[in-house]
Amino acid sequence: MLNLALQIAIGMVSIAMLFNLWRLLLGPEPADRILALETMYLNSMALIILFGLWQGAALFFEAALLVAMLGFASTAALCKFLLRGDIIE
Amino acid sequence: MSFTVELIICALVLLGGLFALLGSIGVLKMSDFYTRLHAPTLAATVGMGSLLIASIIAFTVREQRLSAHELLITLFVMITAPVTAHMLAKVALHQRQQSVANTRNKALTEKIRKRLPPE
Amino acid sequence: MVNRLRLFWFPSPWLSLLLFVAWLMLNNSAAPGHLVLGALLAIAIPRLTARLGDPQPTMKRPVLAIRYVLRVLGDIIRDNFRVALLIMGPNQRLQPAFVALPLELHEPLPLTILAGTISLTPGTVSVEISDDKLWLYIHTLHLDDEAELIAHIKGRYEAALKEIFEC
Repeated sequence: MLNLALQIAIGMVSIAMLFNLWRLLLGPEPADRILALETMYLNSMALIILFGLWQGAALFFEAALLVAMLGFASTAALCKFLLRGDIIE
Repeated sequence: MSFTVELIICALVLLGGLFALLGSIGVLKMSDFYTRLHAPTLAATVGMGSLLIASIIAFTVREQRLSAHELLITLFVMITAPVTAHMLAKVALHQRQQSVANTRNKALTEKIRKRLPPE
Repeated sequence: MVNRLRLFWFPSPWLSLLLFVAWLMLNNSAAPGHLVLGALLAIAIPRLTARLGDPQPTMKRPVLAIRYVLRVLGDIIRDNFRVALLIMGPNQRLQPAFVALPLELHEPLPLTILAGTISLTPGTVSVEISDDKLWLYIHTLHLDDEAELIAHIKGRYEAALKEIFEC
């Protein structure tokens, strides 16, 4: 039963990532693309955690934590670049 | 793993997947940037939260000891989500993105961009 | 004397506690070695970074803070289902709005917590704060009644934060 639920959830998150990709290509403004990218980071974290549950390996937790940190740093850097035209002033 | 525990984990996993999907649907279908900004909050709070609680229960039961390190991800996401939302809103205001036509108090936009009081 | 010792070793006790718990969670164990190393880090890091930050108001009523966290978590779950329905409905039925929220809190830390709370509850995002720190601008996905929303945020979150920080 758990395997079936995990497969359904992985399917849902994958569809969610496809929607994000669509918004990423659609734009229309840079801010929309960053938002799509940030949601994609969230969904990829969800996917990694689901995969860890499926495999029964606690090791995937570290990967999810790293993705969370990279996601925040990259979103912040992109926003800063659009606001100031420069990342490190 | 007993049946009730498995049932709880299944429900939490499905809820998390559903909210991740809902957040992404919101990002895709909303009509302007400012309303799109609300959608990922669903995925960041209940979506991630229920998946991580499911993970905590599953590993705690499987390994017969408390495994709470997933809470760290929840904490991190909960702290960073408002910061990124605020920065994205600043970017949209800076680039003078138009809000959808029926937005109320649309006249405030220019004041917000310049960080002036509303009067 | 006791107070000076505390200020020297624990300039910000809540940060120390957070670091200690985070270290144990990161290693996912409470083995004696990790307890000692975590305690060392929890003392050393706030001590080394104490001069970097501005002085902030400290939390005066921790019990109320726990109640505040639980209340916010409850609101987040309730609003999630409300916003999920709004998102699935047609776009034309939404009434998005910018709202100017008059502020009574003026210290940076409580203000940050207030803005974060508003952003974390689905349906409202704090967009910007005015330069004079008297107005917080928020964007809502669906606005029924402006005065009601302002009263809700002020009564439920801002008043509680004022009590916690006693400012």
